[in-house]
Amino acid sequence: MKNLRYICLFIILAVAGCDNEEFLDREPTDILGEDQVWENEELVFSVLADLYNRLPDFQGVENWWEYANFDETFASNAGDYWRHQNQEYGYGSWGMWDYGYIRDLNLFIQKCNEATELSDDSRARFLAEAKFIRAMVYFEHVKRMGGVPLILEPLEYDYSGDPTYLQYARAKEHEIYDFVIAEMDAVKNDLPNGGTKSRATQGAALALISRAALYAGSIANYGQMTPEVSLPNGEVGIPSSMADAYYTKALSASEELMNLGTYELYDQDPDKSENYTNIFLNKNSNNEVILAKDFLVQGRTHGFTIDNIPRSLREENTSGGKMNPSLNLVQSYELLDNTFAELPTKDENGDPIFYDNPMDIFEGRDPRLMGTVIVPGASFRGKEVDIWAGYKLADGSVITSGQLGGRAQLPGSDASVQVVGFDGPIDQLEWSAQNGFYLRKYVDTSVGSGQRGTGSGVWLVRFRYAEILLNAAEAAFELGELDKAAEYMNQVRRRAGFPIDLTPGEIDFDRIVHERKVELAFENHILWDKKRWRLAHQVWNGVTTDLTNNPGDAMAVSTRVFGLKPFKYYEPGSPNNGKWIFEEFVPAPVFNAHRFRLGNYYSLIGDNVRNNNPKIVRNPNQ
Amino acid sequence: MKLNFKNILGMMGIAAFLTSCNYDNYDEPSYQLDGRIVYQGEPIGVSYNDVYIELWESGWQRLGNIGVAVDQDGSYSSLLFKGDYKMIIPNNQGPFQKITNDQTGNDTIPVNLTGSRTMDIEVMPYYMIRNVSINGGSDQVSATFDLDQIITGDDARNIQEVSLYVSKTSFVDIRTSIATTNRGGGDLESMTGISLGVDVPERVPTQNYAYARVGVRIEGVEDMIFSEIVKVDL
Repeated sequence: MKNLRYICLFIILAVAGCDNEEFLDREPTDILGEDQVWENEELVFSVLADLYNRLPDFQGVENWWEYANFDETFASNAGDYWRHQNQEYGYGSWGMWDYGYIRDLNLFIQKCNEATELSDDSRARFLAEAKFIRAMVYFEHVKRMGGVPLILEPLEYDYSGDPTYLQYARAKEHEIYDFVIAEMDAVKNDLPNGGTKSRATQGAALALISRAALYAGSIANYGQMTPEVSLPNGEVGIPSSMADAYYTKALSASEELMNLGTYELYDQDPDKSENYTNIFLNKNSNNEVILAKDFLVQGRTHGFTIDNIPRSLREENTSGGKMNPSLNLVQSYELLDNTFAELPTKDENGDPIFYDNPMDIFEGRDPRLMGTVIVPGASFRGKEVDIWAGYKLADGSVITSGQLGGRAQLPGSDASVQVVGFDGPIDQLEWSAQNGFYLRKYVDTSVGSGQRGTGSGVWLVRFRYAEILLNAAEAAFELGELDKAAEYMNQVRRRAGFPIDLTPGEIDFDRIVHERKVELAFENHILWDKKRWRLAHQVWNGVTTDLTNNPGDAMAVSTRVFGLKPFKYYEPGSPNNGKWIFEEFVPAPVFNAHRFRLGNYYSLIGDNVRNNNPKIVRNPNQ
Repeated sequence: MKLNFKNILGMMGIAAFLTSCNYDNYDEPSYQLDGRIVYQGEPIGVSYNDVYIELWESGWQRLGNIGVAVDQDGSYSSLLFKGDYKMIIPNNQGPFQKITNDQTGNDTIPVNLTGSRTMDIEVMPYYMIRNVSINGGSDQVSATFDLDQIITGDDARNIQEVSLYVSKTSFVDIRTSIATTNRGGGDLESMTGISLGVDVPERVPTQNYAYARVGVRIEGVEDMIFSEIVKVDL
């Protein structure tokens, strides 16, 4: 009883003892209030930085494994073998439904308009940047999901128990593209011309128009080939009558960007392969890059080099060599006379061709090959990469080892010699050149970038000038302006190192498809390009086929990733002893063909989304 | 004695643990709904895991469907709870068109499940494969069959391709085929007596039999229609 009295007293004292209002209204010391943020331009900029940072990239230096979904690269990593083993892509693959992000952008735009402490110039630029990011996000949505609800202001729930007024139906697919294009036209003059590559600029806005209009145009144009990939109200599918207007827009936006004079093709190194690699590695004096996700800002780095550096050069004792570019890609680099050819491994009688050096088989090809891929015998960071699969004897048997750089005895000798490269290929040995190649593009050459503690600061290029030229070339081609198409495409090819220009008559659909494949490999284009041309279900059709003999054919089926094994020939006394022969093969973990179904053209909208909003219609064929 | 008491307590605990699931869990679903996708009683063969039926049960706060995959021979089955279900075949699934249901006036099929039940679903296929004969021997497989165009008029569709698939296992379609032969729809002289033949490559490990069936791809339709799977000697 006595205790209870004390307790009551204590409670009374505690309640009476503090000044209620002050206690509950203290300013937090660890977060900034909204009003405080909008008083200070630097703080506003940091909010914007977060919005930039959330821009999604389906494939990029922070998620290398997504590159292995298609026929560009083999994933030499046991945890990713399934990408070569599944029988189809899930309907939900590469889907996106991020209205939290869109709401944050809408809130930013609303607050920015209301803020009183910002100068007019900064307000205009902040607004334009937020609208650029918002357009990018809607573009990401539309290319994955088709038309999505177009919401341009923050929605508030009124707690009335009836949320139906917040339920928006999906816009038509072309309405989202139209929004992206119109929005960028409206804000481009509020953005600076150049000066930054990690923030929105006039160039970036025009580049977005160029890409979005091209996508919309090709969906309108090639969507006719797959009439079943459409919805009756146009949430998916664009009428073919709109194609020309989009192509015209893509061409004019691309030309406007060219006329800015701010950007040009990167051409500083006499070695064309080196030059091509440096587009992605050189951050100074690089006028090709229009917009990039920059790293090494405030100590931010990524582990792309740790994951992909050739095994023998790795700087950590874990991982390395995870991406092995496919032979499918390697053989599609043209010869310098503008013709296509497989890699010559056998002569007309079916006998192996002997080469003096492993690099000889790649002789006379597009220099971009060596700028993208590390082939057997090539050098990286000044050291030769040791890729060879073993000794091949005259009777066809192979002497090799299950260990990198492993040793064994050759027949007729007691001495033990190295019988396989320190970089592979060895069947089923992950983190090395399991299919005979390493990736070069985006792999950092600076020492230390392959260490966990430091990481690589190489940026992820989102828009660059060469893509704009190819966009213009494609749009011009579709509009029948072949001279223009040839000129723009030849600019890219001349820089790549082709001595002979293509004539306007040589420009056809296959050329357009092929040029983008090799120039823009590993730049997050392959899926979106194949989708908008409606090629995906034909090229990745689930049929287990051999490697195509015609790498220039846009329709060639390419459902499995192939590799190339270099062998040293061993037959003492023969003139061919010690020479190199090559064999195409399918890496052992690849046992199913890629199958892109019609329902994969537009990703699945989750049941949760459709439960919350019954106006959302499903995507077709799922 | 004290020890025994503890042991008994422990055993009772274990017994309670083992039996308690009965009290706080639902019984597992026990009613089987099965049947086939048919045209006039004849089942329609499809490729595995490609054609789905959706079952919806209303009365729950959130809607989600029970996806039921149609097997290669056109059959489906699902273990369910007692209840009223709505069955739909999603648009563009399967090599057929849906038939309007008498009760609902659209393509939704009401299913009242009060016990296990077998229910065939009538559909209108674009084509039926008839009079199939598939024979094997000396590393070759050959097939002859007729095609019967079911949907004519405005909704009629042409044949894109007819194919013969040979597979090492009883899953037979393009994904598992070890030997395939195709003929374009334009190359068919007639709808009857179509013959296809294919050489089967060496099997590793040796296998002196295989499974085969013919499939028809219809223009503008993703899913193919298949004949029955036949085991053939090689």
